[in-house]
Amino acid sequence: MTSSLPAVLVIDEDRIRASIIEAGLREAGHEQVTLIHTMSGIARRIAEINPDVIIIDLGNPDRDMLENMFQLSRAVKRPVAMFVDSADRLSIQSAVEAGVSAYVVDGLRRERVKPILDMAVSRFEAYSRLVRELEEARGELEKRKLIERAKRILMKSRGLSEEDAYALLRKTAMNQNCKIADIAQSLVTAAGLLDPDVKP
Amino acid sequence: MSALHPVIVGFMPLLDSALLVVAKEKGFAAAEAIDLVLVRERSWANIRDRLAAGHFQAAHMLAPMPIACNLGLTPFSSRTIVPMALGLGGNAVTVSASLWRDMAAHGAGDDLDAGRNGRALAAVTAARSIAGKARLRFAVVHPHSAHHYELRYWLAASGVKPDHDIEIVILRPDAMAEALRSDEVDGYCVGEPWNSVAVASGAGRMATVKAAIWQSSPEKVLGADARWADEEPDVLAALVRAIYLAAAWCGLPANRPELAAILARPDYVGVPAALMLQALSGAIDVGGGATVQVSDFFIPFARGATFPWKSHALWFYSQMVRWGQVRHAEPNAAIARDTYRPDLYRRVLRPMGAALPGASAKVEGALGVATPVGASGAGLTLGPDGFFDGAQFDPDRLDAYIDAQMPTGRR
Repeated sequence: MTSSLPAVLVIDEDRIRASIIEAGLREAGHEQVTLIHTMSGIARRIAEINPDVIIIDLGNPDRDMLENMFQLSRAVKRPVAMFVDSADRLSIQSAVEAGVSAYVVDGLRRERVKPILDMAVSRFEAYSRLVRELEEARGELEKRKLIERAKRILMKSRGLSEEDAYALLRKTAMNQNCKIADIAQSLVTAAGLLDPDVKP
Repeated sequence: MSALHPVIVGFMPLLDSALLVVAKEKGFAAAEAIDLVLVRERSWANIRDRLAAGHFQAAHMLAPMPIACNLGLTPFSSRTIVPMALGLGGNAVTVSASLWRDMAAHGAGDDLDAGRNGRALAAVTAARSIAGKARLRFAVVHPHSAHHYELRYWLAASGVKPDHDIEIVILRPDAMAEALRSDEVDGYCVGEPWNSVAVASGAGRMATVKAAIWQSSPEKVLGADARWADEEPDVLAALVRAIYLAAAWCGLPANRPELAAILARPDYVGVPAALMLQALSGAIDVGGGATVQVSDFFIPFARGATFPWKSHALWFYSQMVRWGQVRHAEPNAAIARDTYRPDLYRRVLRPMGAALPGASAKVEGALGVATPVGASGAGLTLGPDGFFDGAQFDPDRLDAYIDAQMPTGRR
């Protein structure tokens, strides 16, 4: 067995995720790692890079084109065979769930590929988690801004203090059995309808 | 009353997702106690992978795709069965404005005639070869698609050698029109609305349609995960019934405007309803101000359009062999034949009084005109189902058909 690890190509339009995968591969000792973010001229690039393993984001809309390219020896020189090992249903399931697929040059031994895919799966999962958390945080921020706006409308139109405006929002939400942000949204919308100068 | 059975079905944003969309939107699935969850996908590979991983129980699939899965021709595929088809026809071949000018100079006409326009394309190809120009490049959506095989069939029968005289690449449906505009490809074969989109933008001209190459020919099917189908036969049966009733709804001309409007929604196809309506009504704007009436452009229900013919499966298999995707051997032919399940279709739909053909296979190309056939239940009219070159495909004479199509020296 040669000491050099397989050459890996990562095709992912998401640059941040691709970099996270690359870092993981480099930590694991892979020296030949290439990232591709766009599909233009991809056949030529793949032929030049001549990878042993190709990792692609499952959401890539050009996957049919890429798969066909891998199967045409013209483009890749060596036939790229399987989405890892078809017999290993569990590892494939976890890959599909994480949203990543890997194509492997025919003849590359399974034990050399498994750690690459496992790493890609765990990094894809970690990345999705991160994105989800970011979205939640962003949603939380939007809610706070909305409540701020609603408070200001109440303070201005009813001459309330900030605390009283918030207390009124909270009380109304409790009475109507809904969230403060929902009440704030209704108030901001209503104010926008009644007064075109107030931005909804 | 028992709870609804959730069934998750993947689909691609195409006109012929109509049967699945209507099964959900018009309540046919709910009436069968199915909570039909439709998941819009971005690639056929994803549909295949998620079916294999158990995320989907069934999916909108290219008609040859389940056969390719079962033959092991694609990465990571699992056993998939076809209990029903999702309509007939629905594709066209669109070419760039400049290729159309060359074809017109060689006799191509606006009438979508596959014979005449095929000969014109062959003349253009020959002239380009003599002039030392680059080969024309055509796109299809998948190597195992009806588009791919009908394009090759049309070219080969017109005197163009697909692997020699032109180049065929794979491209996703919604990228086709732009690829034509930017000269990345000279033409393509794709399902609607992606031909009409190119015509409407002025980037392309329709050269011919699937219904002209092979009338009443198969296009998409319902692919079902075989393990799920074994475990939940009653749920599969309910799904088939719901889609059958949805197909009947889609087949009524009065429903076309509503159907086009539903499909136009951004969560389904996301293309203006007017473009979708062309393929549904058969009034096809082919470009250059010409509109051609193709009454059988897309057939969702009539002519046994949801029946999974074994002769369709075997024709696709014959073309996989013809173009070197699989070696011909009886076990392989048997896999193709057994992928399509008219037995399930009959068992589910007979009690409903559905029109059922007596046979599970037919000689494709034998019906020159619409023909009432011996059918159980309601009356059934099949065909015409002719190939444009007048050839016939007899599934009982598969070997001879394959031999006749193979280039000398192969096989």
